Amino acid sequence: MRHHRLSLCGEHLLPWVRAQVARAIRKYRMFGPDERVLVAVSGGKDSLTLWDILLDLGYQADGLYINLGIDGYSDASQAKAEAFAVGKPGARLRVVDVRGEYGASIPELARAHRGRKTCSLCGLVKRHIMNQAACEGGYAAIATGHNLDDEVAVLMQNTLRWSVGYLRRQAPVLPPEPGLARKVKPLCRVRERESAAFALVRGIDYIYDECPHAAGATTLFYKDILNQLENRSRGTKEMFYLNFLQAREQYDLFRAEREQVALHPCAHCGQPTTTPGLCAFCRLWVPPEQADDLASACGQADEDDE
Amino acid sequence: MARLIYRDKSWELPGGMTIRDAIRKVGLDLEAVLPVRDGVLINEETILGDHDVIKLVAVVSGG
Repeated sequence: MRHHRLSLCGEHLLPWVRAQVARAIRKYRMFGPDERVLVAVSGGKDSLTLWDILLDLGYQADGLYINLGIDGYSDASQAKAEAFAVGKPGARLRVVDVRGEYGASIPELARAHRGRKTCSLCGLVKRHIMNQAACEGGYAAIATGHNLDDEVAVLMQNTLRWSVGYLRRQAPVLPPEPGLARKVKPLCRVRERESAAFALVRGIDYIYDECPHAAGATTLFYKDILNQLENRSRGTKEMFYLNFLQAREQYDLFRAEREQVALHPCAHCGQPTTTPGLCAFCRLWVPPEQADDLASACGQADEDDE
Repeated sequence: MARLIYRDKSWELPGGMTIRDAIRKVGLDLEAVLPVRDGVLINEETILGDHDVIKLVAVVSGG
């Protein structure tokens, strides 16, 4: 733990990381001991580490794996998630195959929607499926494996752009709204390096390879810059993130932005959407000529609303 | 000579320095890798042995 000027061996690393997660769950009131949690599992180090810790802490944590149909990646990562679930007592995994369920993989969807970024489409699809699974399954929260480095990189990106709307929503907990499950990030105080070390020491077999679409991702660029800052000044990442959270609470930074946006149920799936008619997810699966008709019939704006 | 392996790259270095110094010497970021020897995570302060083979596991993901 270089930022804490500690040097923990494997034996002491595990309880230290578990304690960090347990503390974050309590501090940010993510969920209670009797509530059921749905863990979004990708087969990578962070989500499998998170699932492992939640189960060992005694939470009722089920896994959700979404197969995106990305050649050479999705099947391999699904195999990692399934192997973990088989070997971990109490782990129950649900798999949703995007192509099987909706008729097209993420790459196929991206080809059908030229001009839309693959990662943006993928995020929209995953958010929709996670929310649907959490609401239908009666889970108190969706837990994702975002670690401290992920959060700091996004914070830096949003701060440089002054993306106030995104900054307002960046928090360890996004509270539930009608039709929208609570979202929590129990690894938000755990560094990426610690999460990977935890997985290695625990013998968790995770997928090392990146999603092929992540190559050149801006997140990697910001993480590199932040690591350079961290090497110059130990603790920079924690300070940036934690002081942001504290300042937001203390000075009520986004008060003006907090006005509620009216949500309507999607005409097809019923999930909340900001515009009448179909939600952004359901519009993805409608042929373009029909989408235009539907949009004009519903007076819909052509923008993402999820 | 010890060997450091990172993805498809490898370097040969003399033993006697710390793993931390070895990682720096090959130009990698300490925050971005974890040193593993014989499948076991090792401390950065460990002294590199002359016949060690150290795998550096990348920890940064872009998702």
